[in-house]
Amino acid sequence: MRKTFINTLIDLARKDKDIVLITPDMGFSVLEPFFEEFPERSINCGIAEQNAISLAAGLALAGKKPYVYTIIPFLVERAFEQVRLDVAYMNTNVKLIGIGAGFTYGTAGATHHAIEDISLMRTLPNMTVCCPGDNNEAEQIVRQSIENKGPMYIRIGRHNRGIFDNNKIEIGKASIIQEGKDIAVISTSNMLPDAAGYCKKLEAEGRNPYLISMHTVKPIDKTVIEKLVNDGVEIHTLEEHSIIGGLGSAVAEVIAESGKGVKFKRIGIPDTFSHYIGSQKYIKEQFGLYFGEEY
Amino acid sequence: MKNSTLREIRKTIVKMVHKAKVSHVGAAMSVVDILYTLYFDVANINKDNITSPDRDIIILSKGHSSAALYSVLYHKGLLSKEYIENYSIDGGSLPCHIDKEKSPFFEVSSGSLGHGPSLGTGFALAKKMDKNSGRVFVICGDGECNEGSVWEALMFASTHKLDNFVFIIDYNKFQGFGATNEVIDQTNIAQRVQSFGFDTLVIDGNDLNELKTALTHKSDKPVAIIADTTKGKGVSFMENKLEWHYKSPNDEQLEIALAELEEKY
Ligand SMILES: Cc1ncc(C[n+]2csc(CCOP(=O)(O)OP(=O)(O)O)c2C)c(N)n1
Repeated sequence: MRKTFINTLIDLARKDKDIVLITPDMGFSVLEPFFEEFPERSINCGIAEQNAISLAAGLALAGKKPYVYTIIPFLVERAFEQVRLDVAYMNTNVKLIGIGAGFTYGTAGATHHAIEDISLMRTLPNMTVCCPGDNNEAEQIVRQSIENKGPMYIRIGRHNRGIFDNNKIEIGKASIIQEGKDIAVISTSNMLPDAAGYCKKLEAEGRNPYLISMHTVKPIDKTVIEKLVNDGVEIHTLEEHSIIGGLGSAVAEVIAESGKGVKFKRIGIPDTFSHYIGSQKYIKEQFGLYFGEEY
Repeated sequence: MKNSTLREIRKTIVKMVHKAKVSHVGAAMSVVDILYTLYFDVANINKDNITSPDRDIIILSKGHSSAALYSVLYHKGLLSKEYIENYSIDGGSLPCHIDKEKSPFFEVSSGSLGHGPSLGTGFALAKKMDKNSGRVFVICGDGECNEGSVWEALMFASTHKLDNFVFIIDYNKFQGFGATNEVIDQTNIAQRVQSFGFDTLVIDGNDLNELKTALTHKSDKPVAIIADTTKGKGVSFMENKLEWHYKSPNDEQLEIALAELEEKY
């Protein structure tokens, strides 16, 4: 998915001279093609994430279109106040590209796990939050990001488990991959392949599930959720993210305020840090988040 | 300089990253002489005193070089063989970045760069408050010094006269996505640190004698050691190559590396 991001950005940068790529010292074996083609618009600002964000905001205030690329915890959490003020509050046209969604960097340990980012970014006014589930979604979201003026966070995973969503994607609109009847599986980011597996499991139990990719968690597509609630459809949310504040919370808020109730279940990471040692797949299995056949 | 313990420590590092197929072997090989000198020759840390407030404190702030710490602790008898063998594999005991929960010998969790110096000043200040002995050694990468937080800690240490605080830079001149002084120019890093109020020593950071002299240096100021090192030190094809921040050796490369280490150390 990192390759999809950079290839799409290269494409955009050929047409738009204002695009600037900033990295706080990440991107080995991914960003080189951009650095080679646009050396004057490629900046490694050193291992200094706070500086990277405010530098990008300054560039944006001066009319540039900066994309900041690094591992999620260092992008979102390390520089959170810079993101809050210099990006969100001043409503600058900065795109934040976070890599390593969820447990992508499994063996690296909790410092590199990205499991609170959706929650944090969702709470910031002006911030659009996109979490593509496969390379098709990622490509279309990155492509549209340039038209989407203002702060935007794009959560990128690392592993490519195939394409699960062939739809045309629109930021802010849920993508209905499979129509169903009595239950809806709503997934975001890395969980899309698992959501497909989870649907198979439900089908084997005689259920008829919708498969919905909520690639944009903010603004959340209320219309789709409210329709499910009106139709009395049970809803399960899947996210490789803390159970607190992410997709499940966003969907729960819509359900709670609809004035009606449906059966509802959040599937995500409980309120804990992972001290497990192992790959993304292994850690997901420990938390009951792995449903795919192939990884 | 022949040293069979250090040879075995280096061999263990290479075997660990080979088996687990993980990154950062270059970073581990540059810092390992510093860790070896500290744990085997300088610091007052052992099984019996690990909860004593008078013990020395070692913080490996550049947590991605954890394999070096694990290997040193293993050869010192402070980590089990089993831990080393299942390093960074599914269901294992040691992650790629240091998790404090996994051993009493890990003073802090690390892996996000730029936290160690501030944590270290906290330990050093507590020692002062309680009149405890022992020194606090914090090891950072040169790229890590790009982080403003590192300098915030240095300002604090000199202002508060933390003469029990030792700040060590593993100056190997490479970082994550380029050569350190090309990314952010720090060629005069020794002067910078000195100007922040540190008694600053510049040494060959892969030389055990120079390391011992510097690490035992006492001063009425906080001490900084700019340890001039080689990233990937000891294995010719890893030395000074950015890609060995990421790659792990394949079977053939492992054999060559082990043979080289056997000969050199
Ligand atoms: C806050 C933070 N930003 C980025 C990273 C990703 N990262 C891990 S190692 C590294 C390069 C470190 O370079 P240096 O400090 O010079 O250490 P070396 O590997 O050369 O010993 C980077 C950017 C990180 N771990 N933490």
